Amino acid sequence: MNASDTKMTDISEIKRPRRWHILVFLLPALIVYTAVMILPLIETLRQSFFNTVEGQYTFVGLSNFKVLFGDPRWAADFWNALKNNFVFFLIHMAVQNPIGIALAAMLSIPKLRFSAFYRTAIFLPTLLSFVIVGFIWKLILSPIWGVAPFLLDSVGLKWLFAPWLGKPDTALIAVSLISVWQYIGIPMMLIYAALLNIPDEVIEAAECDGVTGWSQFWKIKLPLILPAIGIVSILTFVGNFNAFDLIYTVQGALAGPDKSTDILGTLLYRTFFGFQLQLGDRSMGATIAAIMFLIILAGVSLYLFVIQRRMRRYQF
Amino acid sequence: MSKARASFGRTAGVHVALIAYTLIALFPVFLTIANSFKSRNAIFREPLALPTPETFSLIGYQTVLKQGDFLGYFQNSTIVTVVSIALVLLFGAMAAFALSEYRFRGNALMGLYLALGIMIPIRLGTVAILQGMVATGLVNTLTALILVYTAQGLPLAVFILSEFMRTVSDDLKNAGRIDGLSEYAIFFRLVLPLVRPAMATVAVFTMIPIWNDLWFPLILAPAETTKTVTLGSQIFIGQFVTNWNAVLSALSLAIFPVLVLYVIFSRQLIRGITAGAVK
Repeated sequence: MNASDTKMTDISEIKRPRRWHILVFLLPALIVYTAVMILPLIETLRQSFFNTVEGQYTFVGLSNFKVLFGDPRWAADFWNALKNNFVFFLIHMAVQNPIGIALAAMLSIPKLRFSAFYRTAIFLPTLLSFVIVGFIWKLILSPIWGVAPFLLDSVGLKWLFAPWLGKPDTALIAVSLISVWQYIGIPMMLIYAALLNIPDEVIEAAECDGVTGWSQFWKIKLPLILPAIGIVSILTFVGNFNAFDLIYTVQGALAGPDKSTDILGTLLYRTFFGFQLQLGDRSMGATIAAIMFLIILAGVSLYLFVIQRRMRRYQF
Repeated sequence: MSKARASFGRTAGVHVALIAYTLIALFPVFLTIANSFKSRNAIFREPLALPTPETFSLIGYQTVLKQGDFLGYFQNSTIVTVVSIALVLLFGAMAAFALSEYRFRGNALMGLYLALGIMIPIRLGTVAILQGMVATGLVNTLTALILVYTAQGLPLAVFILSEFMRTVSDDLKNAGRIDGLSEYAIFFRLVLPLVRPAMATVAVFTMIPIWNDLWFPLILAPAETTKTVTLGSQIFIGQFVTNWNAVLSALSLAIFPVLVLYVIFSRQLIRGITAGAVK
């Protein structure tokens, strides 16, 4: 915001001491958001401090959290899910962002033929539901159908094939890559839009100074699309730490094999609503929800208060 | 001359890379649709072949259409998605405008409060949401889903739109004020048309999780009359898991509306990105 804007606001404040239009603009969003999202969320977080002790629903302080971190029945599952969730996120960041930026950079080359087609095609998987994506990949990677081994055979890599989804040491990587395959369109589109929004004058000025090709990308374009990459990263973080559907569809609620793909979302589901012989536990579910809340809060705070503050905003 | 050749080589390289990734993106979808039109034997014998007159079979589709009401599911999903997106865009743009345009006490706090919802998965409040819907009698209605999805989509919409609205020229708005436009007219007639590309981005972001959501339809509206496509196909595939014809056909039917929607929708998206950009 610049000086003229401040002056403008001051003037309108003098003319209209009560600026009702601000309230009118804000109110619809505020009402829906508060009533359907914030209040239920607070209620759920509140329940993480309560549990049923000797048939009585009472306030128990932090003892639910102590049970989750240290009790032999809970701790192993919890730490396993937490570790898997971090691996899940790191694979996303390492694979999805570089590919997304590369695709966007290639698509934004001026006068590239068929670029609309490429863009449309690559974005398609993002629109499919987890149910569709999960089942398609389950079928393709299934040793029964043999599509994956057949394809690998055609490029001479048949020895590489294994039932990836069924082996504990590869299942998590396989599921993460399926998720990357599905969501690559989002970083691609956001970064692509950011690249298109770079004014021609900036690029022309760079070209006049002899900055072209690779060095133009690294020195001019990349700094200008950093805010978009920041948004992509934080969206990925949040999405990964409340992911559930894909793993539920591909590996089931038990997140097999042997809980090797168990992440916080699936753990929450099993705990909250129960599965097979395990009964649903509302309080412990709320406790896991609270942990997820804190992790996500930490990540987003880091983004908002550290990373975003350091980024410059360019107004063209 | 040599420069032209180098740039030709680079363009060719770019096309090869893009075609390769396009194949990766489209292949699984193609595989599913192609095999859904084949007989069971052909699916296993030659999974990569297109259906031929000998292998062509609609047995999977017949099973699916006999068992499930996919047209009804599709209708429910459409209603929920379209209404939610409209509400998210309208309410979200209004709030984003208020936050990015005016200085008032609590502005930053309000922005933070609305941004909270980007990080908080609305799912974490499911039990209390369910209790609320039971109390208001909205269980097994599409209204329940629309309310939840509107709340879910608003924070991101406000966040992205206010980022974009900050880039709208102040001079333009001030010129509008000098010409006597009301604040509402400035919003609807000057700012909204300028942030159309951002609205398209937000619409995509909002639409994907709504259309694909399995969780809330399962919990809030599992009745036969309110099932969405995602829930309907999940249940159907779960029941027919060993019948590959039926599974592939159900998947294709679930993909088909998305494809149609996307063909219509992607044009708007592209038009929005290219035509409305403020430069």
